[in-house]
Amino acid sequence: MLKHPKQRVLLVGGRVIDVASGIDRVTDILVENGRMIALGAEARAAAYDITENVSNCLVLPAFVDLCASLREGEKQHGSIASETKAAIYSGFAHVVLLPNPRLVIDNPAIVAQIQEKAASAGLAKVYPVGALTKGLEGKQPANMHALHQSGCIAVSNVREGMHNDETLLRCLEYAASLELTVFFYPEEPSLANGCAHDGFTASRLGLPSIPAVAETVALAKQLLLVEETGVRAHFGQLSCKSSVELIRIAKAKGLPVTADVAMHQLHLTDAAIDGFNSLAHVRPPLRSENDRLALCAAVQSGVIDAICSHHQPLNAAAKLAPFAATEAGISALETVLPLGLKLVRDGLLTEDVLWRALTVNPARIAGIPAGALAIGGGVIVVNPEFSWSVAPEHLVSAGHNTPFLGMMVQGKVLGAWL
Amino acid sequence: MHLSHAHTPSRLQLNPQGRLRHFLTTEGLSREQLTEILDFAESFLAPDGTITNQPLLAGRTVMNLFFEASTRTLTTFAVAAKRLSADVVNIDIAKSSNSKGETLRDMLWNLEAMTADVFVVRHSLSGAAHFIASQVTPKVAVINAGDGRHGHPTQGMLDMLTIRRHAGDFTKLTVAIIGDVRHSRVARSEIYALQTLGAKEIRIIAPRTLQPKDFQQLGVKVFERMEEGLEGADVVIALRIQNERMESPLLASPDEFYALYGLTPEKLRYANPNAIVMHPGPINRGVEIASEVADGAQSMILHQVNYGIAVRMAVLAMTMQGQLTTRGGN
Repeated sequence: MLKHPKQRVLLVGGRVIDVASGIDRVTDILVENGRMIALGAEARAAAYDITENVSNCLVLPAFVDLCASLREGEKQHGSIASETKAAIYSGFAHVVLLPNPRLVIDNPAIVAQIQEKAASAGLAKVYPVGALTKGLEGKQPANMHALHQSGCIAVSNVREGMHNDETLLRCLEYAASLELTVFFYPEEPSLANGCAHDGFTASRLGLPSIPAVAETVALAKQLLLVEETGVRAHFGQLSCKSSVELIRIAKAKGLPVTADVAMHQLHLTDAAIDGFNSLAHVRPPLRSENDRLALCAAVQSGVIDAICSHHQPLNAAAKLAPFAATEAGISALETVLPLGLKLVRDGLLTEDVLWRALTVNPARIAGIPAGALAIGGGVIVVNPEFSWSVAPEHLVSAGHNTPFLGMMVQGKVLGAWL
Repeated sequence: MHLSHAHTPSRLQLNPQGRLRHFLTTEGLSREQLTEILDFAESFLAPDGTITNQPLLAGRTVMNLFFEASTRTLTTFAVAAKRLSADVVNIDIAKSSNSKGETLRDMLWNLEAMTADVFVVRHSLSGAAHFIASQVTPKVAVINAGDGRHGHPTQGMLDMLTIRRHAGDFTKLTVAIIGDVRHSRVARSEIYALQTLGAKEIRIIAPRTLQPKDFQQLGVKVFERMEEGLEGADVVIALRIQNERMESPLLASPDEFYALYGLTPEKLRYANPNAIVMHPGPINRGVEIASEVADGAQSMILHQVNYGIAVRMAVLAMTMQGQLTTRGGN
């Protein structure tokens, strides 16, 4: 998979796509150190160590994931080593790692530890997001300057609640004065005491539900505070049509906001949980067909900038319980590419929008040098027609918890030059 | 995107011959299957309404696994199993220590090794009986005795038996269900059964806080006022309001609920004069229902309890038989 990283390789006959520079043509490309150094006749004329025939394949900048859980420290589910390998096999050379209550990234020592483990794995690069508040407790700002200095690309309180609105306001002011981006995962805790979308399926199954307003009430408040403080803000894992509308209005006002959606939200609805299918138990929950189509349209129109994996590997036991007692999460990295290509085949996204949402846009949001062929963030070769079945024996991730298990999908990463 | 489900409840509870091998939900069963349960239950009832014993489960072990406390349902299942000559084991399980994950699976495997034939399961989480049937017990029949807000199918079927015996042909009946439908496993089991049995009209009467979201998609009519919802109803079912709802933002007070949705003699007059009145129990007198109505001539509440034993006998015997057929044994 990871190929000849130090060699100068000529990839011959592929379709080279780079939305950042507007390249999209069948040609040869010379790659060294994960970076395009020449194209076409110039590439063929240059000296190279080896050559690979990549005809019928796509040559793309490596993908950037704005949210993957790597489960470091929770060995029964996964680790930085296992999951950055899954990332590379899925085309992602850059993975943003969020803090969570089990991995509270609120001091530079933890950041260093994560970076060390990622470096020793030597696969995908891992970019920690620091905690917005100490211990993610929502009471006092974390040492954001130190976190930033140690390599955090942003700060976030993820889905942990804030003590009160004043604390949130002050934390955002503080982040703004440090010119940090804040990642938000909007969810009002008092409205989120459930495990499924508040719709027909949850009603039929009698599952406690999380209505879309749990997301929009929090999002609306956060957007008002973004407007008040001027802090740069990114809203992740949006799940409903009303959130799209709020982001659209915020962008029209000129607020410094961006947004992403998880790939599975563009494919599945709450119907997937029927039969108490815990593999489709995810948070935010899978919502209605209306929401799904609005999210797809928002990616196409650019209201939503990026598509993330929202990868959450879990061991088998985590899903073996009555539905509400199972852990939420989908092992998602390895299906992102085939599911994205399916959206293109289904006419919901154009191809350029898909690549933009997986490369240049998330790279810009994370503020990292990646997402374009000339930058040096890695080059991948994709066979868009390659059919494979989503089966445990084909998955690299330690987590096999995907609702797509048993499905035939199309599209596979054949190689990555980093 | 369409996902294939190996274990939707309706298929999971049938053996390859299409016979009941678990009883998890009334949803997805055919009219013939539901009618067979009712007919079989009725076969245990003598003309005077008393129940006849039959040794259909002699030598079999029925284990009652109640993860959630219940005196009435536990007792009726134990009585039903004993009337079938089964050995009955009641297992008291602390809710906190055994409610999830591998602990639950390990515990069930252990019980199964003690030659259990039937697990009667009560659990606070929706889908628990389904989970147990799908993941845990290849040799044991599982009967859902109430799972979270999802289902209480034997209660649903005893209510169907009550309706059939006292109100007649389902296709001519308008059935009104009053109260906390949102959190009620009983109401769900009743609604799915009533639909399959061809009830003319199914109505829910509840304030918006207690209505299940989007239930109109099932073809159920939703009313917020008693006088409208009860108009011409042939069967009136009042649901129990759990005490914890009264302490929540869902309701203002027991008194106000009674004033708006309590089934009083005055409100019952909106219904068909011959309407029967049902309640799954235990009753909160003066909250969901007035004593005059609960104890009145139209009330079927004590019949319901008696039919509950017959229905549970039928389901125990049928699932055991379906399980033996699945095993290919005798």
